[in-house]
Amino acid sequence: MSVGAPRALASSGQKPITEILHPLSAAEEPLSVTVGGDKQEVALTNGTPVETSSPASTSSLFNRLQLDDDLEADVRDPYADSTEMRDLFVTVDDPKKHVSTMETYITYRVSTKTSRVEFDLPEYCVRRRYQDFDWLRIKLEDSQPTHLIPPLPEKFVMKGVVDRFSEEFVETRMKALDKFLKRVADHPVLSFNPHLTAFLTVKDLNKRQGLALLSKVGESVKHVAGGYKLRARPAEFCAMGEYLDTFNQKLGTIDRIAQRILKEQSEYLTELREYGGVYSSWVGSEEELRRPLEGVAGCVTTSCGALEDLGDNMSLDFLPVLREYVLYLESIKNVLRKRDQSQAEYEGRLEAAILRKQEDRTPMPLEVEKCQDKVECFNADLKADWERWQSNKRHDFKQLLTGMADRNINSYEKSQAAWESLITLLQDKQTEDKTSETN
Amino acid sequence: MAEDGRDESVAADDDSQHTAEDGRNGLNNTMVEESPTLLRRMEICVAEAEKRSGKNAVNMQETFTVYLIETRPMDALAEGRNPAPDSLWRRYSEFELLRNYLLVSFPYIVVPPLPEKRAEFVWHKLSADNMDPDFVERRRVGLENFLLRVASHPVLSNDKILHHFLTEEHSWKEVVYETGFQAKADSRLKALSATFRVRNPDKRFMDMKHYSDELQSHTSQLLRARARVADRLYGVYKVHGNYGRVFSEWSAIEREMGDGLQSAGHHMDAYAASIDDILEEEEHYADQLKEYLFYAEALRAVCRKHELTQFELEMATQDLISKKQQHEELSTGIVRTFSFKGMTNKLFGQEAPEQREARLKLLEELIEEGEEAVKDKTVECEEHVEKAWVDVQRFKEQKDKDLREALINYAVMQVSMCKKGIQMWSNAKECFLKM
Repeated sequence: MSVGAPRALASSGQKPITEILHPLSAAEEPLSVTVGGDKQEVALTNGTPVETSSPASTSSLFNRLQLDDDLEADVRDPYADSTEMRDLFVTVDDPKKHVSTMETYITYRVSTKTSRVEFDLPEYCVRRRYQDFDWLRIKLEDSQPTHLIPPLPEKFVMKGVVDRFSEEFVETRMKALDKFLKRVADHPVLSFNPHLTAFLTVKDLNKRQGLALLSKVGESVKHVAGGYKLRARPAEFCAMGEYLDTFNQKLGTIDRIAQRILKEQSEYLTELREYGGVYSSWVGSEEELRRPLEGVAGCVTTSCGALEDLGDNMSLDFLPVLREYVLYLESIKNVLRKRDQSQAEYEGRLEAAILRKQEDRTPMPLEVEKCQDKVECFNADLKADWERWQSNKRHDFKQLLTGMADRNINSYEKSQAAWESLITLLQDKQTEDKTSETN
Repeated sequence: MAEDGRDESVAADDDSQHTAEDGRNGLNNTMVEESPTLLRRMEICVAEAEKRSGKNAVNMQETFTVYLIETRPMDALAEGRNPAPDSLWRRYSEFELLRNYLLVSFPYIVVPPLPEKRAEFVWHKLSADNMDPDFVERRRVGLENFLLRVASHPVLSNDKILHHFLTEEHSWKEVVYETGFQAKADSRLKALSATFRVRNPDKRFMDMKHYSDELQSHTSQLLRARARVADRLYGVYKVHGNYGRVFSEWSAIEREMGDGLQSAGHHMDAYAASIDDILEEEEHYADQLKEYLFYAEALRAVCRKHELTQFELEMATQDLISKKQQHEELSTGIVRTFSFKGMTNKLFGQEAPEQREARLKLLEELIEEGEEAVKDKTVECEEHVEKAWVDVQRFKEQKDKDLREALINYAVMQVSMCKKGIQMWSNAKECFLKM
């Protein structure tokens, strides 16, 4: 069987798993695997992957072909111009507080517009709370373990420290939930997940959730079992892992710097306010200097306001996105680990099977093939998602940093305008005085 | 402010592009154009500063800074000639001596202040060390400013000691001491006593004194607050430099994003570095405020001198009245007020007629002296009031003009800082867009 490797992927030089096989298995039909870009005879001349055996990969082939198109669109701009390609649009907005006897919580409106046949209607509108998003994410992780699932904003907030119902907190959380859902909806595989469909359409999710919780336990147990040790992580996944670690570090540093800047700016703001106050109090003992002093005090106040806005914006828009990516990295590392596990399992079983074969010449057991298939799927999915993720990350950070620059520019512009108008005012007065003097 | 002493009349008024430089030029050009003073005849500047070593009064080795004063006749310059300047070196203590002389000799003048003796209102980056080159440079500028102000003052500029200061390097000190001005200085105690005990000071001077307190309070508050603000702003800018480093490190693990991140990092470094120049320029503003902080002290000194002369007049008048009363009592025998002499007279009998005559004569002499004294003191007091009021008005106008200019300059500096910030962030943004 072969595993589709989308044309757009640049990767490899990757050793196919075949080469790790014990030489004695050479008698077997070579498991021609094109994990990575190695196109062997099984591929068509234009590179379109050809399915040979294993029904397991049939359904995923369709998705992989689709992945081709989507990937090219994504490299340009995953969100904006692929509207011709996209047929599922979701939005999270309109937060509302719900008060019941047991608890108080916030719900958000989740609106869906779609032309997909998997949906009965073209439009949907439901209300969901954070718990529901959490449910969805868990279901996605469990049912699509080979894919990178976008992160949710932090679940737990210390009740004393953060006000769960403050406008800012709700706004920040809502934006993150919106982003989460959009990322899922844009994903070529995840967006077809039935759990997502349920999430977007079902009126009362609670009933489903009950059942879900039970199965969740079972599935997580599945992953713990294994106990196989991975011999060698393929080079490109090593690179992935290293990148994740370094990137995580850098994000942490950037977060610390941003927080430090906020702190310094806040202290600067305190001193600046007092400073403006001194000008105001000086006005009382002066006559001619009244206007310039008042003017300066006013400009200082304007600058303070601009600075305050800058700080608030950075807290609300910048820091949460950074933190979101840290969570994202965590979840990707988990997927990487799972990938390692499934590879380890395959290799372990394969070794065992080979040893048995040597003794009684039985054909390669089906389960080993299934394992191999699983690994290949996993690797392909992961790599495809990785490229997607890289491209999205590039876009997100471009937006994030450009936003930061814009906000700083904006703050300076407000301040500059105030000071310039003061200069004009005072200089006009000066020429006024001069002409009245000469008259 | 330094090079501006060399500038001749430059029309700075109608410029739409008002820069901080213009502001400083404006101040000095006014001094050249408007006042018919020394400055008209002679160009003065404090060109350089140098370190010297020598033995001080207690024969110990010390290091100090000397400043080069250069002067050139204005008419030579007007004729287009460019003669070499006359120059001499002076140290700070000599400037102080000159100023003290002026304070004593012209107590009705608000004498321009010297730059501060020790660095105050420092924020952490500034050094409080007197030998620090930045401090020395700012002091040089301040000393030049002092000389320009004195030389353009309608009264002070004519003083011979000032001329000597600018022209005779070595014999000047002796000449100053020979004026005996130190003996004429009012004792602190006398002045303080007068402040408390004066009964009828001129209201205008009392108001002025109150104003000088306000001026001093506000300028010092402002200087302190500004120093704290500068400190904090410095911190904000410098932290951004960390972005430079992390972007650089991050760019190493990126493919397409690498170049954009790296360049953006450089701009963040530039942003962090830009605060140094910004704050250095602001020090000029601080120096202008400081000048008026010290000017407030000079203004108060004039008001206190009034209190003193008024008090002395009141004392002299009081003394004369009491002497006259004594005379009257003695001659008429009517005791109006209680006195020990009166008491003892009653108890032990009156004195002999010769003694009485002698005392009467003495009293008459004293009364005559007293009347002279009252006349003198009245003149002294009235003259002081008259001349001081003129100079106080002049000072007030100068202060309003200077501080207004300073505030406008400050606004200009702020605009410049905003523009720089926008530039830096725009550069960074362009790099981000290329990521």
